[in-house]
Amino acid sequence: MFDTLSEKLDAVFKKLRGRGRLTEEDVQAAMREVRLALLEADVNFKVVKDFVAAVRERAVGQDVLQSLTPGQQVIRVVRDELALLMGSGEENRLDLAARPPVGIMLCGLQGAGKTTTCGKLALKLRRDKRSPLLVPADVYRPAAIEQLKVLGRQLDIPVFDSRADQDPVAICREARAFADRQGYDTLILDTAGRLHIDDALMLELERIKADVEPREILLVADAMTGQDAVNVATAFNERLGLTGVILTKLDGDARGGAALSIRSVTGKPIKLIGVGEKLDALEAFHPERMAQRILGMGDVLSLIEKAEATIDREQAAEMAQQLRKEGFNLETFRDQLRAVKKMGSLESLLGMIPGAGKAMKQMQGMQLPEKELQKVEAIINSMTPAERRDHRIINGSRRLRIAKGSGTRVQDVNQLLKQFTEAQTMMKRMQKLGPKGLRGLLGKGGGLPF
Amino acid sequence: MAVGLFGRLREGLAKTRETLLGKVEALFQGHPKVDEEFLESLEEILLGADFGMPVTQELIAALRRRLKNEREPDQGRLREILAEEIATRLPAEQAWTLPAQRPCVIMLVGVNGVGKTTTLGKLAAQFVGQGKKVVIGAGDTFRAAAGEQLQVWGERAGAEVIRHAEGADPGAVAFDAARAAVARGADVLLLDTAGRLHTKVNLMEELKKVRRVLAREIPGAPHETWLVLDATTGQNALAQAKTFRAATEATGIVLTKLDGTARGGIVVAISAELGLGVRFVGIGEGVADLKPFSAGEFVAALFRND
Repeated sequence: MFDTLSEKLDAVFKKLRGRGRLTEEDVQAAMREVRLALLEADVNFKVVKDFVAAVRERAVGQDVLQSLTPGQQVIRVVRDELALLMGSGEENRLDLAARPPVGIMLCGLQGAGKTTTCGKLALKLRRDKRSPLLVPADVYRPAAIEQLKVLGRQLDIPVFDSRADQDPVAICREARAFADRQGYDTLILDTAGRLHIDDALMLELERIKADVEPREILLVADAMTGQDAVNVATAFNERLGLTGVILTKLDGDARGGAALSIRSVTGKPIKLIGVGEKLDALEAFHPERMAQRILGMGDVLSLIEKAEATIDREQAAEMAQQLRKEGFNLETFRDQLRAVKKMGSLESLLGMIPGAGKAMKQMQGMQLPEKELQKVEAIINSMTPAERRDHRIINGSRRLRIAKGSGTRVQDVNQLLKQFTEAQTMMKRMQKLGPKGLRGLLGKGGGLPF
Repeated sequence: MAVGLFGRLREGLAKTRETLLGKVEALFQGHPKVDEEFLESLEEILLGADFGMPVTQELIAALRRRLKNEREPDQGRLREILAEEIATRLPAEQAWTLPAQRPCVIMLVGVNGVGKTTTLGKLAAQFVGQGKKVVIGAGDTFRAAAGEQLQVWGERAGAEVIRHAEGADPGAVAFDAARAAVARGADVLLLDTAGRLHTKVNLMEELKKVRRVLAREIPGAPHETWLVLDATTGQNALAQAKTFRAATEATGIVLTKLDGTARGGIVVAISAELGLGVRFVGIGEGVADLKPFSAGEFVAALFRND
């Protein structure tokens, strides 16, 4: 786990507290850390170099605001500049304002996720009240055409009936004529993955472009791509004149520096991002959030969205009601446990919380309590509903039964019950006190602003 | 006319300069002395090949140390030292040979789109070419038409493919494939798995289950679990390698797509930090383009002039 950039920068600036302005040396030291953070995020080294030089110039001589730590101030400058570079405030929606059928061509390296993205894009366009036709033009990879046909069936979106022995250019041409006749207003062309240095295959894309004249030519790029992203993006852009980029696999933990690299060498906007395996996991791109992510600053917005996405509203309301009705008992506790578990690993969740990286570092080498949670759930599962609603009835023989049933020891059951009792007492006290009482509980020296 | 010729020449030179070796050479021409400026430029070259900051800094430090006593190090010497230092960070050179167990079970794992299915198809063709009897388990039941893709590879290679319907339990596929491999007296069972991001806990758990199923059916299985890595991947590959190794006890790496402009420097970082060896590298679309890894050749390729 890396230190967060803000911690490193705070360390750099610790010595200049109380001074009014950033000197050249202060900024120099800070920029070294910024450079490292960007390189760790896979931003291309040339892009990093230019970026750091530009920010350095801006940051020297800036006033250090008293209310902020200088580290945070530099980060703000860096973050804003990053977001600006990635197109914050610019139009990045798909441009489909042309005579139908409007063509959208997806291209990229092998394994970037073109075919899956075609399916996601078709679903998105149908939700926008368009009628898309999927066109499989990858005749090289075994079963690539079949893959798009299966996706089309799953989504109930028509797929042009091409065969692997056809010429990709002919497929696209025929599909366009077919869409014209049948009244489909959008063509989504799924091209074969190819290396940007494969001249023959790049020529094929140029021919498809000349023939079908797609309105959008989108590069599909893997968010985990390293330094080579600039070469790939440059080559595709030079030969095809890209209109935009779709960044895929952003649901992992890659910091996604490729976004900045691609954007800065092509100047083309990132229009959409792939954030999951499900077919509706294609979202709009937010430069500000991406900037935070590249800097490893955590992403509270994404965390909240993730929570909202996994815990559906009804279930949340039900949980809240149950909590009010029954109070905090082992039953409600288990529901919460399960809801948290569904959101992903604790490590990935903690990674989204600013500053949590530090806490995790302090636990160095310690396993996150994933296994512990499993044990806790097993113990609760081995209780009867009555025991879950009121744990006070759990006596010695019940404890033995629960331990046996969950494959744990009586000590484990005891420990859980003890911890739960403490948590319950605290919950009760907080409920009783309300926000006003909470202040009293924290004491006058708490220093909280309310 | 003269301008055209000049332009072509420059173009040719520019292409050479884009490679690592070309860059080092160009750097040397501009900076005959190995000074701070030189090392800084070298650092950028290494970072540009995805070596990552820690390994890059180690290499620069080693170079600095070893060149200290040489008055005027020449280009060849510099290159030699750099190649040596990279090679020592790669696992010892020894070609991988098929373990003696029959059937020997090899399982491929990795994130989405790295080339697991294609690699598996090529492996199958190579093993069949060596006179081995191969059974393939189509363990990717998630991605649309992954089974069909493997079926095509199986037919090309002449290996039986055990498939279930889409959305089926991969553990059940592993079970049937293991049973089939034993019943047919196969030498090798190759098991494909669905691509998954290493951050998806439940999907990593699924891999553990598949492993348990295999172990129950065939003692010691899977005998090899290879993490397939895309050479264009950057620093995230390190996180992938760590998590997959922890969850699946991966025994090696297959590095794919080395035929582009990516240099795959990240495997040096992975080898240095995790000690995971590279078994095969993919350098093209053909079956024969999946080659046994050799540290020497890899370093040569890192510096290759194309």
